[in-house]
Amino acid sequence: MFEGLVAQRLAALFVAALLLLNFPLLALWDHDLRVWGLPLFPLALFGIWAALIVAVAWVVERPGSAREPDTPD
Amino acid sequence: MIPVALVVAVSFAYLLLLFAVAYWADARSRQGRSVIGNAWVYALSMGVYCTAWTYFGSVGRAAGSGVWFLPIYLGPMLAMILAWMVVRKMIRISRTYRITSIADFIASRYGKSQLLAGLVTLITVVGIIPYIALQLKGVASAFAVLTQPLGGVASPAVPWWQDTTLYVALALAGFTIVFGARHLDSTERHEGMVAAIAVESLVKLVAFLAVGVFVTWGLFQGMQDIFAQADAEPRIRRLLLFGQGQPFPYAQWLGMTLLAMFSVILLPRQFQVMVVENVQEQHLRRAVWVFPTYLLLINVFVLPIAIGGLLYFGDRPFNPETFVLSLPLAEGQTALALLAFVGGLSAATGMVIVEAIAVSTMVCNDLVMPLLLRMRRFSASRSGNLTGLLLTIRRLAILGILLLGYLYFHLAGEAYALVSIGLISFAAVAQFAPAMLGGMYWKGGTRRGAMAGLLLGFALWAYTLMLPSLAKSGWLADDFLQHGLWGLAWLKPEALLGLHGLDNLTHSLFWSLLVNLAAYVGLSLWRPPSAAEASQALLFVDVFHRQAGARPVFWRGKAQVSELRGLMTRFLGGARAEQLLRDYARQTGVADVAQIVPDARLVQFVETQLAGAIGSASARVMVASAVDEEALDLDGVMRILDEASQLRAYSHALEEKSQSLERATAELREANEKLKSLDRLKDDFMSSVTHELRTPLTSIRALSELMHDDPDMDGAQRQQFLDIIVAEAERLSRLVNQVLDMAKIEAGQADWHASNVDLKQVLEQSAGSMAETFRERGIRLVLSLPDAVPMVWADADRLTQVVLNLLSNAAKYAPRDTGIVDVHLWADARRVSFEVKDNGPGIPPDQQAMVFEKFRQVAGDQHYRPGGTGLGLPISRQIVEHFGGRLWLTSTPGQGACFGVELPLDARGRSEETH
Amino acid sequence: MSHKILIVDDEPNILVSLEFLMKREGYQVVTARDGQEAIEAIGTEQPDLVLLDVMMPVKTGFDVCHEVRANDAYKGLIIVMLTAKGRDTDVAKGLALGANAYMTKPFSTRELVQKIHELLGDAA
Repeated sequence: MFEGLVAQRLAALFVAALLLLNFPLLALWDHDLRVWGLPLFPLALFGIWAALIVAVAWVVERPGSAREPDTPD
Repeated sequence: MIPVALVVAVSFAYLLLLFAVAYWADARSRQGRSVIGNAWVYALSMGVYCTAWTYFGSVGRAAGSGVWFLPIYLGPMLAMILAWMVVRKMIRISRTYRITSIADFIASRYGKSQLLAGLVTLITVVGIIPYIALQLKGVASAFAVLTQPLGGVASPAVPWWQDTTLYVALALAGFTIVFGARHLDSTERHEGMVAAIAVESLVKLVAFLAVGVFVTWGLFQGMQDIFAQADAEPRIRRLLLFGQGQPFPYAQWLGMTLLAMFSVILLPRQFQVMVVENVQEQHLRRAVWVFPTYLLLINVFVLPIAIGGLLYFGDRPFNPETFVLSLPLAEGQTALALLAFVGGLSAATGMVIVEAIAVSTMVCNDLVMPLLLRMRRFSASRSGNLTGLLLTIRRLAILGILLLGYLYFHLAGEAYALVSIGLISFAAVAQFAPAMLGGMYWKGGTRRGAMAGLLLGFALWAYTLMLPSLAKSGWLADDFLQHGLWGLAWLKPEALLGLHGLDNLTHSLFWSLLVNLAAYVGLSLWRPPSAAEASQALLFVDVFHRQAGARPVFWRGKAQVSELRGLMTRFLGGARAEQLLRDYARQTGVADVAQIVPDARLVQFVETQLAGAIGSASARVMVASAVDEEALDLDGVMRILDEASQLRAYSHALEEKSQSLERATAELREANEKLKSLDRLKDDFMSSVTHELRTPLTSIRALSELMHDDPDMDGAQRQQFLDIIVAEAERLSRLVNQVLDMAKIEAGQADWHASNVDLKQVLEQSAGSMAETFRERGIRLVLSLPDAVPMVWADADRLTQVVLNLLSNAAKYAPRDTGIVDVHLWADARRVSFEVKDNGPGIPPDQQAMVFEKFRQVAGDQHYRPGGTGLGLPISRQIVEHFGGRLWLTSTPGQGACFGVELPLDARGRSEETH
Repeated sequence: MSHKILIVDDEPNILVSLEFLMKREGYQVVTARDGQEAIEAIGTEQPDLVLLDVMMPVKTGFDVCHEVRANDAYKGLIIVMLTAKGRDTDVAKGLALGANAYMTKPFSTRELVQKIHELLGDAA
């Protein structure tokens, strides 16, 4: 399941996402602050979320990422 | 408020539009020009995850607890990160083994168990009912908001035959049947439905964004304004923090996230669009980040809308769940409100259609069919086309599901917020996670484990979540809720074993999954898997590692094509059956359908095709009844597997072998050629040597016999004969010696006695010993020797041999009486050289190389037999070259021959080597 | 009338021995020292039998045999190959070319005489 560079990167990304979106890393953003007029916590959540999307897109859509050699029947 | 008729008309118009899209897409697919075969449509179709819940529930949740609407969408983000591996494996497995539903997947994995299939289906049906109810509730509330005066009191409950929601449910059932149960497709692909869903996703997104934009920049001055105003109100301000007063908020947060993560894959509608409807695996690559983007976009405005609504309506009792409608309405934006309604309707209908189709497939294939097959009366009748029956079952299932959804809505829907209802369904399908994911990656998972896990997990879910929800709505006595079952406090459904403090969802999730997983692992490890389970486990877990050709077929027995054809006709229809058989014939290289070999592969092919129509468990049963099978035990499975892997290993080794064989053959051919030429050489040599030896022997023998037979031979004659005999004997021994010499030198066995040699001395001595010969023939021998030359490192005797050889050759070829033989010696810095030149006939250029070959003597001069052996020059050359020198010939025909020899002064090193 | 025998060999000593032998047996003897001389001698001397060596300059015994047999005028000519080349392939080649007999050197004088008598139909 975790063979190949793409798989390993995705696994790492998964772990990173799990950590970033939960206690305790999530608690770092839990302050009553305003950034650019917007509340910090929701902003952070959406920001992290967007960053994860970009990361996944990069890992999976790069032309150099390994294509599975076997094809479906 | 908006007139009812308008709302209804708009709704119908929209649904007709969807239907048109579906119809068009189906028509295109029949033509072979599919519109859904691209990654963007695939990704959009996943948007069916967003239902009325997203439209109404999220805003409601946000208004109540801030960011706590988000975990439902963060979970899918997590799932999509791993989806490229996990979902792709599901797709590969499903495509390869014709799996068309979750129930089929799980049942097939654990040995094609009909019991498991039925259980999964039941769990799904029970679990999904609340979710369907949620959609109906959403549509009903939306409808009420639109058509009643704003802020009006919610209408009192009406008896069910007057309840518009019922008719909504029936209408939805009708549409679903039209979308998905018009005809039977063994691949369970519904191209029209997928196209319609993709369109719906777009409509949902656009509508929600429109409302969001309206609220943010229409009602307020942008996001900053909303939050600035929110800051002024503490009750709103606190929504923007994480903690909302729950105990263990982070556990709850994690719980919901994980729950959503499982659900995005295990919900029937998600499995349907992600796995069953997938056209090409590579589309998943795009979808894996496009789908989360969609979720992010549709959620961007949830908080602004919620907070905007709270600010706008202040303390007035407006249900936050319908802010998307009430806000535009309050500002008189009826068009926008209608758009929002259409969006919400879209979300609800999308979910209902796909979910109902998926679940009805399961019900038909995995619940009803197996029961029907058990009835002997049914299986006994081997005639008749069952496709009509299958369709009817599915249509009835769709209707049934929707009616059950309505029932739940009627009974329990009013008491609960939408979100909570949805989460109950999530928790139900989450019970599939251990069996499904474990089955994909762990060969050790057995049917017993899966059954136990599912049963216990489902039981706990029902006890801790489902029943309490009914009790809280007043439809069940709630003392078990307050005091635990039978009054036992530690059996309280929302505080099992005294675990209190968690909200009921996290609590239920924890216990049900824990027990599920423990039972699954425990029972799987307790007893080894059966043959069927082991073979299926291998096929599933290793699906990426097996190529089509080498996939082992786990079946032994005898079959008949006619029986199998009959089966296919019964369940797939005659035309389709024939088409499939023709395809199979083509695949296996058989000219005609009548010549198909009824072997294990055919049986597997037929079974796979049937599985698409009636589920793999039922297909297994049907095929087993139609053919003559041998029971396959675990050993049999292992043997088949061994064969398959051995075959693969053999063919690999065979390829390598044949390649190295080719190389070896080429090498061998080369070596053979070399050997043959060497052999020829040796043969020539041998025959030359024997010929040369036999010739003098012949004279000796013949003359001896003659003398022996004639005692009275004349004395002079006798003398002549004896002379000849002696001469020939000498010749013979000379030849033998030379041959031996040659052989020893060539084999490196010769004895060399190297020392410093004075070439001048050698020449003089040799000339002296040959003087008589020269004088006899009247040939003048001229020596041109310097006073002194440097010594060379060589074997003196051997060099003498060389000089004598050259001199005797010269003596043979120089003309009698007029012959002159010049011997010339000189030296320079690096070498000492001498020449022996005669004025004989010379040697033509084409024969000059031959002169140094063994036994070759110059042809040309016919009668002049030199009396030599033909070995002299070759030996001389060997000797000279042994000491690092050269022996060469220069000659022009008619002007004599000149043999030259040079020996280096520093030959010492080289001469050491060859002893 | 005694038969005429042509002896062909490039080794003078062998010629000496064979000549003596044949004369002792009462045959007329003509000699040739290479293949070309042999053919000419066959033409001029019309011998009854040829003792033919193989390894000779100009033309080998095989060539001579081939040429003689190709010429119908010499159909009755008896050819005895007498050579040091004793391999089976050589024997086969000689016989295939039309030699009546093939003897290897060194030969036994007795055997040679016997063979010649046989071939010429003389009493031993």
